[in-house]
Amino acid sequence: MLDVPTWEGHLAGQHVDVRLTAEDGYQAQRSYSIASAPQDRSVTLTVDRLDDGEVSPYLVDVLQPGDALELRGPIGRYFVWEESLGGPLALIAGGSGVVPFRSMLRHHAAIGSAVPVRLLYSARSLPEVIFHEELVRLGAREAVDVRVALSRAWPDDWNGHRGRIDREYLREAAWPASSGPLVYVCGPTSFVEAVADALIDLGHDTDRIRTERFGATGSGLPAPSASQGGT
Amino acid sequence: MTSASRGFFGRRRPSVDPARLPPGQYWTDDFPVLSAGPTPRTPIEDWSFTVRGGAAGTVTWTWEELGTLPTETFTVDIHCVTKWSKLDTTWTAISLDVLLERAAAEDAFVTAWSDGGYTTNVPLEDLIGGRAWLALAYDGEPLEPEHGGPARLLIPHLYFWKSAKWVRGLELRTDDEPGFWEGYGYHNYGDPWREQRYAGD
Amino acid sequence: MEALDGNAIAGQLMEVFGGEMTTVTGRCAGCRRTWQMAELEVHTHAPGTVGRCRDCGVVLMVLVTARGVTCVHLPGLVDLGMPTAP
Ligand SMILES: Cc1cc2nc3c(=O)[nH]c(=O)nc-3n(C[C@H](O)[C@H](O)[C@H](O)COP(=O)(O)OP(=O)(O)OC[C@H]3O[C@@H](n4cnc5c(N)ncnc54)[C@H](O)[C@@H]3O)c2cc1C
Ligand SMILES: [Zn+2]
Repeated sequence: MLDVPTWEGHLAGQHVDVRLTAEDGYQAQRSYSIASAPQDRSVTLTVDRLDDGEVSPYLVDVLQPGDALELRGPIGRYFVWEESLGGPLALIAGGSGVVPFRSMLRHHAAIGSAVPVRLLYSARSLPEVIFHEELVRLGAREAVDVRVALSRAWPDDWNGHRGRIDREYLREAAWPASSGPLVYVCGPTSFVEAVADALIDLGHDTDRIRTERFGATGSGLPAPSASQGGT
Repeated sequence: MTSASRGFFGRRRPSVDPARLPPGQYWTDDFPVLSAGPTPRTPIEDWSFTVRGGAAGTVTWTWEELGTLPTETFTVDIHCVTKWSKLDTTWTAISLDVLLERAAAEDAFVTAWSDGGYTTNVPLEDLIGGRAWLALAYDGEPLEPEHGGPARLLIPHLYFWKSAKWVRGLELRTDDEPGFWEGYGYHNYGDPWREQRYAGD
Repeated sequence: MEALDGNAIAGQLMEVFGGEMTTVTGRCAGCRRTWQMAELEVHTHAPGTVGRCRDCGVVLMVLVTARGVTCVHLPGLVDLGMPTAP
């Protein structure tokens, strides 16, 4: 959670650039989506720690309350949802790609929007699901449907989807292409590309699909296959 | 002004013998992958290496034919213009002396071209005399596609962008034609010891 | 390295152009397809930042920062269009 003295306010889905500087002047910069809604009182980032990463382990392990952090933002108007854009809305996340959608769902709740939303969120296992309780709570709202898919391991009594978010699951769980949904896809590059390909294959309008790639996240999140049938 | 971030050191670790690092460089233990485009994957049956513009005309080697040429295995330091240096890297490679001699190279300038459209320019004299190679293996293993395989140039005395990945040929020219990064503001020659990063350095 | 997209360089573009750029449109000189900047295939693990057409691979944009100044090259981008303010 960040206390930003000159925050000008943001839109749901935007990100910030975080820059770190070592004593000798060496710098590293990365982008992090804003997890909080525009209506929230503070700005929250949520960082997935990559063991062999340069910046994320610092943010998770070393940075402490009270430390200063150099930020640039809010940034980006493309991967943003505002009520005027309407719906129905499909939000499809892989791993930490759920972060901007948490902002969108909190915003949707804060303004009491009736735009139908469905979140499909792929994580490897239950402990890796970020914001789980909160997402369940948000998903209890009338217009909102939250579905978590576990791709690698699941509890015996798991009644959500088991396996990847592949073409078949998208056909069944995302809004049908014929309803003209507005679709946002976010996560590791390989995840985003496979989901986008599958959506296009299912007849979704490319102009209604917005994507944001986080790069290689090293998490080995399995990419869904665009062309394979059901499992 | 930017103040330092408490406890941040970056991926770098305590430095090695500073005499081995050109000015402005940091030591790294990783082998970072740099690329201006997707990794090309040309099937080895369709792959060939060409030198054109020499007195011998256009000379082309298939992968199989290259395999009959003598290779050398040696250890050098490499320096990337993005400021990392990697020490003691071991390569197995064909000396460009062998290939350029076969092509009867005479002109003063060379443009290397790669799958994916990448190009870089180097003076011919920097490619001969045992200072430049066509590398086929790194650390005893065939060169991985992400590191430029099946074959990349290796010109360790220049910044590493000159060591073109996925290289497919050399064009001998009478005039010096800037390559991809050279055309976008990087130094035409790129000597790390004189810190020739950008045009004008 | 896995490529990113134009969202990842939104901050850099904002600094260089002085405004929000991800929704600016441009046409690929190679295949004539129109893209929003956020949709480009972006490579940042390189001496500069390279933006390519996601369909035909042509280099549309190259950003190189030398001595604190960023130079923008648009070798394959035509018909830039600014969205009207929302
Ligand atoms: C718009 C946007 C929003 C984002 N939002 C979030 C968010 O909300 N939460 C979040 O956790 N992340 C987010 N990310 C991802 C984030 O920016 C970082 O990429 C992530 O935290 C990893 O950074 P790192 O420094 O820890 O890892 P890095 O050091 O960048 O390494 C990442 C991976 O790539 C490998 N690698 C790095 N460099 C090279 C190289 N040269 N060659 C080969 N392999 C290499 C590493 O080994 C590692 O596996 C976002 C990214 C973007 C573009
Ligand atoms: Zn194109």
